[in-house]
Amino acid sequence: MTVHQPVVDTNAKVSDEIRKTTCYMCACRCGINVHMQDGKVKYIEGNRDHPVNKGVLCAKGSAGIMQHYSPARLKSPMKRVGERGSGEFEEISWDEAFDIAVGWLKPVREENPEKLAFFTGRDQSQSMTSWWAQSYGTPNYAAHGGFCSVNMAAAGIYTMGGAFWEFGAPDWDRTKLFMIFGVAEDHDSNPIKTGLSKVKANGGKIIGVNPIRSGYNAIADEWVGITPGTDGLFILSMIHELLKAGKVDLDYLQRYTNLPYLVNTVEGSADNGLFLRDAEDKPQVLDRATGKPVAFDKPGVKADMAKGYEVDGVTYRPAFLLLAEKYLDDQYAPEMVADRTGISAERIKKIAAQLAHTAFEEEITIDQPWTDWKGEKHTKMIGRPVAFHAMRGISAHSNGFQTCRALHVLQILLGSVECPGGFRFKPPYPKPVSAHPKPHMGVTKGGPLNGPHLGFVRGPEDLLLKDDGTPARIDKAFTWDNPMSSHGLMHMVISNAHAGDPYKIDVLFMYMANMSWNSSMNTTGVMDMLTDKDENGEYVIPKIIYSDAYSSEMVAFADLILPDTTYLERHDCISLLDRPISEAEAVADSIRWPVVEPDRDVRGFQTALIQLGVRLGLPGMVNEDGSAIYEDYADYIQNHERRPGVGPLAGFRGEDKQGKGRGAPNPNQIQDYIDNGGFWTDHIPEDALFFKPWNAAYQDWAVERGIFDSIQPYLFDVYSEVVQKFRLAAQGHGQHQPPEHLREQLDTVMDPLPIWYEPFEETLVDKNEYPIHALTQRPMAMYHSWGTQNAWLRQIHGTNPMYVSGEIWAEHGFAEGDWAWVTSTHGKIKVPVVRMDALNGKTIWTWNAIGKRKGAWALDEKAPEANKGFLLNHLIHELLPAKGDGMRWANSDPITGQAAWFDLRVKIERADAGDGVSQPNHPAQKSPVGQGPKDISYGEDF
Amino acid sequence: MTTLPASTDKKLGLVIDLDICVGCHACVISCKEWNTSNYGAPLSDMDAYGENPVGTFLNRVHTFEVKSAGCNAQTVHFPKSCLHCEDAPCVTVCPTGASYKRSEDGIVLVNESDCIGCGLCAWACPYGAREMDAAEGVMKKCTLCVDRIYNENIPEIDREPSCVRTCPAKARHFGDFADPDSNVSVMTRERGGMELMPELMTKPVNRYLPPRPKADISGEIDILAPLLTPVPENKGGFMGWLDKALEAI
Amino acid sequence: MHPAPSVILFTSLSGLGFGLLFFLGLDMPAVSGWTAFAFFFVAYALAVGGLLASTFHLGNPQRAVKAFKQWRSSWLSREGVFAVLALLVMGLYAAALIFLDMRLPLVGMIGSALSVITVICTAMIYAQMKTIPRWSQPMTPVLYLLYMFAGGALMAAQIHLATVLLAILTVAQILHWLIGDKAFAKAGSTIGTATGLGILGQVRLLESPHSSTNYLLQEFAFEVGRKHALKLRVIATLCVGLLPVLMLLMTPAGHLVSLVALVLHMIGLFSARWLFFAEAEHVVGLYYDKHRG
Ligand SMILES: Nc1nc2c(c(=O)[nH]1)N[C@H]1C(S)=C(S)[C@@H](COP(=O)(O)OP(=O)(O)OC[C@H]3O[C@@H](n4cnc5c(=O)[nH]c(N)nc54)[C@H](O)[C@@H]3O)O[C@H]1N2
Ligand SMILES: Nc1nc2c(c(=O)[nH]1)N[C@H]1C(S)=C(S)[C@@H](COP(=O)(O)OP(=O)(O)OC[C@H]3O[C@@H](n4cnc5c(=O)[nH]c(N)nc54)[C@H](O)[C@@H]3O)O[C@H]1N2
Ligand code: SF4
Ligand code: SF4
Ligand code: SF4
Ligand code: SF4
Ligand code: SF4
Ligand SMILES: [Mo]
Repeated sequence: MTVHQPVVDTNAKVSDEIRKTTCYMCACRCGINVHMQDGKVKYIEGNRDHPVNKGVLCAKGSAGIMQHYSPARLKSPMKRVGERGSGEFEEISWDEAFDIAVGWLKPVREENPEKLAFFTGRDQSQSMTSWWAQSYGTPNYAAHGGFCSVNMAAAGIYTMGGAFWEFGAPDWDRTKLFMIFGVAEDHDSNPIKTGLSKVKANGGKIIGVNPIRSGYNAIADEWVGITPGTDGLFILSMIHELLKAGKVDLDYLQRYTNLPYLVNTVEGSADNGLFLRDAEDKPQVLDRATGKPVAFDKPGVKADMAKGYEVDGVTYRPAFLLLAEKYLDDQYAPEMVADRTGISAERIKKIAAQLAHTAFEEEITIDQPWTDWKGEKHTKMIGRPVAFHAMRGISAHSNGFQTCRALHVLQILLGSVECPGGFRFKPPYPKPVSAHPKPHMGVTKGGPLNGPHLGFVRGPEDLLLKDDGTPARIDKAFTWDNPMSSHGLMHMVISNAHAGDPYKIDVLFMYMANMSWNSSMNTTGVMDMLTDKDENGEYVIPKIIYSDAYSSEMVAFADLILPDTTYLERHDCISLLDRPISEAEAVADSIRWPVVEPDRDVRGFQTALIQLGVRLGLPGMVNEDGSAIYEDYADYIQNHERRPGVGPLAGFRGEDKQGKGRGAPNPNQIQDYIDNGGFWTDHIPEDALFFKPWNAAYQDWAVERGIFDSIQPYLFDVYSEVVQKFRLAAQGHGQHQPPEHLREQLDTVMDPLPIWYEPFEETLVDKNEYPIHALTQRPMAMYHSWGTQNAWLRQIHGTNPMYVSGEIWAEHGFAEGDWAWVTSTHGKIKVPVVRMDALNGKTIWTWNAIGKRKGAWALDEKAPEANKGFLLNHLIHELLPAKGDGMRWANSDPITGQAAWFDLRVKIERADAGDGVSQPNHPAQKSPVGQGPKDISYGEDF
Repeated sequence: MTTLPASTDKKLGLVIDLDICVGCHACVISCKEWNTSNYGAPLSDMDAYGENPVGTFLNRVHTFEVKSAGCNAQTVHFPKSCLHCEDAPCVTVCPTGASYKRSEDGIVLVNESDCIGCGLCAWACPYGAREMDAAEGVMKKCTLCVDRIYNENIPEIDREPSCVRTCPAKARHFGDFADPDSNVSVMTRERGGMELMPELMTKPVNRYLPPRPKADISGEIDILAPLLTPVPENKGGFMGWLDKALEAI
Repeated sequence: MHPAPSVILFTSLSGLGFGLLFFLGLDMPAVSGWTAFAFFFVAYALAVGGLLASTFHLGNPQRAVKAFKQWRSSWLSREGVFAVLALLVMGLYAAALIFLDMRLPLVGMIGSALSVITVICTAMIYAQMKTIPRWSQPMTPVLYLLYMFAGGALMAAQIHLATVLLAILTVAQILHWLIGDKAFAKAGSTIGTATGLGILGQVRLLESPHSSTNYLLQEFAFEVGRKHALKLRVIATLCVGLLPVLMLLMTPAGHLVSLVALVLHMIGLFSARWLFFAEAEHVVGLYYDKHRG
């Protein structure tokens, strides 16, 4: 029978034009090809040439169209006309908006710059916003890193001069054993997925350590369903096993780490735990040949890590011996930690054995000669193909800094950092602590701050304390409460400002952070603080300026709204000065540019910020005559110079456009980026590809590219002297002394070698009453709160059940369709439950940030997100329950201030489903943008 | 022509690797995005910002949990779109001939201008691969991106389905199952590519690669696993090892 | 399956209509003139009304004529073709009978045969669905035919025949349920075969693809409570056959009795038909863990 088929046009035209820019449906920064037809966005696909995503896109990336056309987009500047929180606004012009802002900010700057708190959220322009804040002169600036993952970042930088994610990545192509701790999705969304796929394709093995077996852990070849908060123990126990068997890379440790440094071991001395240094202040190692101490960097020296050294009655021992003694102790034996971690001793031993086997028996070599920083030549590059990755699962605990340190120490002991098959840095990393600024607090009325706000303290003398010992910053960053809080503590800003502790502020200026909702702990409390009035009927936090692109929950709590564009409508730069898109093999940065012009009265926030700066006459933004130096952000991106020849974008610099990293500003730089696909990249030479911190070729190349002005080789701080300095202070040494109530805690946690201690909340709540751990995970197809306005994504995650382990499910006799009350010491929520067996028995969890407040995001008030969906945040408080002495301590890591989201302990009880509405359920706020249309058929026009 | 072609020249289809699918839904949205503005009617979303949003999707990702007694449970993400069955029941039930299987490549398509929206083909499909678009009243299904894979306006390297091109984990592969040497045939052979519901005899072209065995599932530790042996005491224990090892450097 | 009123009306009414036509074509009862007109009017109203009802659930009813094309493979198409043929032939027969007072027995017989074929086609639309094991059994066409004959006989005032047929129908309906109840398990599709993951252990759905609903769930994942189903089965059993048979046997024949019996039968028919859809589980439900059999 002949078959008559209709003719299908298999050659239909796809689009008129492709515009290449950078996605911003999340912070991963993938390159996208935006197909345009009739001037409209038709289809978005990944850019195959792009270093980050190499053509692939995630669900959010593809849903960008719907975000771009979202009904929740803000349309124009607005000023509040109703009560705070009500959502009543009046649209105003940009001129009026600037007038209001200048009216508030100018007097503050002249009288008391610290009364402005400027905090930014999930943006990618921190080098610009911090520059603005510095120029304004307030000490109160940070981005959201403090509640996000500063433990991971700080532990990485303090230990090995770089951290995971944007600062480094596993050598996906070569690694044979990959272990991933506490990751649901991470920022490096697409590269991790592609990487996992590569590891599998190459026959490598993946071990997932996570209480929950979903996503990456679902595809792991082995799942370790660890008890939350105990990774430190698990890791240290593996270190115990490796040391016991002599399975550590001594050559590597001796060459590339500070483990040979001689440490003062005299208990009680003011120098206890500090390194022996020579007159030039260089740490000393014991020369194995001569038995004499020599400077660590003396060429040709083989350091002895087995012997101590005594001089003037002081015994010094190599840090390696301290480390070995510490971890060989029986308290770290697998049998001792099995119960607590929920991992059997056999499994711990087996995994440690696999690490050793892969690192040492499956060693790989690349025939590539290279020269190290001491001038020694190596004929090949030796790789230990074990790689780790970790994120908030280990960092968002109050013991997170030390746990993250432990993980890095394990990596380093295996010799698998910056070697083939191991973990590798991405330029501008590696970068030692010494190359980072220290934090600054020097305020001058009407003038700029004396230096960058954030940085890395080297000891107690760098804390930001006023002369009276009170915190200089509103978030109390860099104080004895959390001395090494390199990213600030955005999660404490609202509650501190409300409490007037350490002082009151006048203007709260926030950008791209939904602080009244999912990015706060104690959400209801925060909403109350934002709307609270004093005895005179004035708001306790007097003025709030906020920039969002969409009608989020936070909008309703601002007095003045500066509406941003969508990511397809503005300029941005993903800069080497900030968090670029480099790969381990190449330096790279990129831009966004308006592939479509906004159809509303909105402005890119950075442009608005520059224009505001000009009106305030901020240094660096205005010429002598008061005229603007930069018209807008695009102008700034192309013409701003941080150091001579070094600006926001590294590519196509100079008049000839050949400048890489260095060169005069190029007035056409953005167009050159556009012509190049929206990014720029430059490959690292072959002999500089590995061992970067110690590789002379890399160091030279980094200087050429403007990453450093002089070479910065360094050794890994496995033993952290910085941390020890705080401990010494806690023990009463030195002129900078902590308050009494913090001494004991500091003495315990400030261990120069990683330790594990019980997460704080667990030590304070009755574990019998609150036996369960409650966690959140990021859904891959949703970005915090901002995916909910997306008609496609909200169909995937419009509600979030509480997943309950099979064990708890059975214990409470739950049945399908049931609801439960989940209670912490702080609050109570009513939620739908679903059973999950592939889950640590003592754990429950839900997707993060799905629950929404009624009236937000241009959704119908009956939207499932606002009725069935819920936030776990109602159960988490920014302060811990009161201790014996009646004091409430921050629910944070005591070293970095990282918010301890995952320390939460709860109990669960069956609840009457009732009306099927989750509790608490807040009343609606008025939508300033109306409500989205009923039915849509996107694509109709094409 | 609602009857099936006796055989097709090619058997184009997908291999979906359940061992690496992380359940990210990228393929779901990429599919929606491509198909809503290309071949056929757009894929509508009813009550898009309301209480009960319902949209048309041609590919969806389920998540299953698998458990056997005494062992750890495992989670499996499971994407599903049309399997382009060789004996496609959805085609033969169609009263209008709108549903058909192409003789040249085996792709099962709906000719929307003939479709009356009776829904019978969706009834006949065991896999839930067809969705009626509520706005247009026509049956929508995976087209295997027929308007991409041959499209000369698209660079050759991109002439593959939108979902395949976008999958970050490379869990989706496109190819010709009629060619025994094709990527998809080889993978199916080597990894035991499964047919879904073979008992219904639809002969699906798409195949699923099962998850590889997980090391923790049996609940037992492999006693043959190379456990670490401590440095023996008679060789000086840890310090003895250290000294020797340092000497060797 | 979602028990859409349009399909329930379609199958029930057209079945009755063609049933009546079947008997009229065989000259049972022997009618002519206005009486014949009345009978044919009722038969056509039911058959055509049923067919029209079936277009209510079409996404694009204006293209309905296209449905006649695929008679070679599609039972729905065949049903359409035969329905039209049956209606045309019976129309000829009826016209002759009513207007010319002329009985064309051969035409009538052909019309009756076509009516039977039409109902077989209708039944086969369901019986062929391997995806819906409850329907995919030989009893499905038998049941549809019995409904056609019994209902037709009742309306055609063939009381004795109707009594017998209704009794048989009742048994058949119960059998269909009983076989149907086991059909899903017997067909062998499980969440394990649907996902291929059965080889690894017990499979259950952890998370639906979307938190919002979809066409498939609306169309296929209809769940009736067991209790509710049982109640309806009792009502259907009583009304479809038992009560009408008892009435017909125990009360003197008469129009009123027949009418009451017919009304009862139709209540039974609608309940049974509602259950026919509502109880039918589609294998696609396995992907949504809707079948827990
Ligand atoms: N329970 C629980 N809570 C958590 C976490 C958790 O794991 N569990 N994680 C915490 C972490 S790590 C983080 S980072 C926070 C994140 O929480 P948030 O920083 O609040 O993140 P988003 O919800 O993405 O909100 C950012 C805001 O930016 C707005 N926005 C989006 N695009 C643009 C734009 O282009 N311009 C402007 N101006 N605004 C835009 C959005 O509309 C939204 O209002 O949540 C924290 N909260
Ligand atoms: N799609 C999507 N991508 C995102 C985001 C998003 O909202 N959506 N948000 C971005 C942001 S701001 C961030 S900070 C990153 C965060 O990226 P992730 O760190 O991957 O984010 P979380 O979802 O917080 O994942 C924490 C994981 O740790 C596990 N976990 C919790 N406690 C423990 C523990 O004690 N031990 C171990 N081993 N595991 C534990 C949880 O089960 C969870 O899987 O993701 C970024 N990427
Ligand atoms: S991971 Fe997804 S959302 Fe994030 S930048 Fe890449 S494509 Fe966009
Ligand atoms: S895109 Fe790939 S990894 Fe993601 S859900 Fe689809 S098949 Fe799975
Ligand atoms: S999967 Fe369903 S729609 Fe696709 S060919 Fe097979 S039966 Fe037809
Ligand atoms: S819905 Fe359309 S394609 Fe499906 S059977 Fe009916 S006419 Fe054919
Ligand atoms: S092949 Fe094309 S139509 Fe089919 S699921 Fe993939 S993207 Fe969708
Ligand atoms: Mo974050």
